[in-house]
Amino acid sequence: MFRIVKYVLYDILQNRMVIGYTLFLLAVSFGLFNLSGEATKGMVSLLNIVLIVTPLVSIIFSTIHFYNATEFIELLAAQPIRRSVLIWSEFLGLAGALTLAVLIGIGIPVMLFAPNATGITLILVAVALSVSFVAIALLASVLTRDKARGIGVALLLWFYFALLYDALVLFLMFSFADYPLEKAMLAFIALNPVDLGRVVVLLQMDISALMGYTGALFREFLGTGWGIAFAALVLSAWALIPILMAVRVFRRKDL
Amino acid sequence: MLQSSSLSKSFGKLKALDQVSVTMQAGQAVSLIGPNGSGKTTFIKCLLGLVIPDSGALTLHNLPILGTWDYRRHIGYMPQIGRYPDHMRVGQVFDMIREIRGAGQKEFDDDLIKAYEVDKFAHKAMRTLSGGTRQKVSACLAFLFDPEVLVLDEPTAGLDPLASEILKEKVLAEKGKGKLILVTSHILSDLEELTTDVLYLIDGQVQFYQPIAQLKSQTGEEKLNRALASIMRKQAH
Repeated sequence: MFRIVKYVLYDILQNRMVIGYTLFLLAVSFGLFNLSGEATKGMVSLLNIVLIVTPLVSIIFSTIHFYNATEFIELLAAQPIRRSVLIWSEFLGLAGALTLAVLIGIGIPVMLFAPNATGITLILVAVALSVSFVAIALLASVLTRDKARGIGVALLLWFYFALLYDALVLFLMFSFADYPLEKAMLAFIALNPVDLGRVVVLLQMDISALMGYTGALFREFLGTGWGIAFAALVLSAWALIPILMAVRVFRRKDL
Repeated sequence: MLQSSSLSKSFGKLKALDQVSVTMQAGQAVSLIGPNGSGKTTFIKCLLGLVIPDSGALTLHNLPILGTWDYRRHIGYMPQIGRYPDHMRVGQVFDMIREIRGAGQKEFDDDLIKAYEVDKFAHKAMRTLSGGTRQKVSACLAFLFDPEVLVLDEPTAGLDPLASEILKEKVLAEKGKGKLILVTSHILSDLEELTTDVLYLIDGQVQFYQPIAQLKSQTGEEKLNRALASIMRKQAH
């Protein structure tokens, strides 16, 4: 498998987009820390950028890469190689390259300006989101044959997770404002990796006190060791479930 | 050696393969003939596991191959349109396939690589190659691992006459070694030269599967194209 991952990585690095992405993250991170003067403020701004940009770049880049690798995949699928090895290699190559970009582009500045638990949490959340959205992108790509439609689906998924979902949850909260929704909110948060990532990082900061009663409940639950383990488990599930489904579909797909 | 039983595959309403049952032996060279869209390429792709049939079975050396992958080491495949990663150089494509597939293999069959002088364009990027040169790369890769079964989909389309002759000589040499060869082509004179049997498909159904010699004696014709024409006329009536 690693022989194939090597060629997938080689293919990705030929494309200068990942290098540009790394440089962009580096510039944004350094810029935000320097502009805000204070590390915590910089972290909050950086968190917002991370939650929007890493899912977007991961899902779009992975989708485009997968469609461009059609030839490579067809060539190898006729060789004595398991189909599942092929798709896992694509996943590991993409996830590896994008994780590396995040570790350099966000990890280095954060470690320089805010080397604490919050900083490490932010880096881990950025990595988890990148990996999840690679998995989601691959699932969308194996399900749609047409490249233009595939990229459209990827954009829609990002739009849903990054923007639309919050609006839906807010709408629900206002509609059912008379009911105790705190426990339900925990479930809603777990159903969107971007929101879960945001809450996990915010809870590490002092400003979580501003989040009201729901915030207090989150703190009570997600602030504990079990809560962290739960969040880590849910974020891993957001990577594992889509990629396992993608492998299943790809094994029976007509090339 | 290679057996398909009631192999069927539909794409939506279109029946690409309809209950195809054939048996092929080592040393046979089989022409797959049929109009466009008759299921030739689908049959080949099922054999390679690129397309998953809806029902039926395929066996190689009496072992079922559907859903497995290791059997592909016995097959060399030359696709109709060779599609390769654009930015890779020719040499890199060869290195990659050798690295991925050639584990444990000591000797490679590089007759075609020599004959086509691949070294001379090994440094070129795949995207800059002409269609014919790509076909040469595909041909070299198909023969490289000295497989028992050779599957050639429109092998001579796009090749210049000289390259085409080289390929045909190579196919005949491999046939002489007792390999099973499957060829699709629309150039009947090529098929007549290369193959021993004809498998004729229409709308995914086997119309007939016979040795060429028998076909000719049945129809009283000396040329394959005339023999086929005469059979098609009979069926039309």
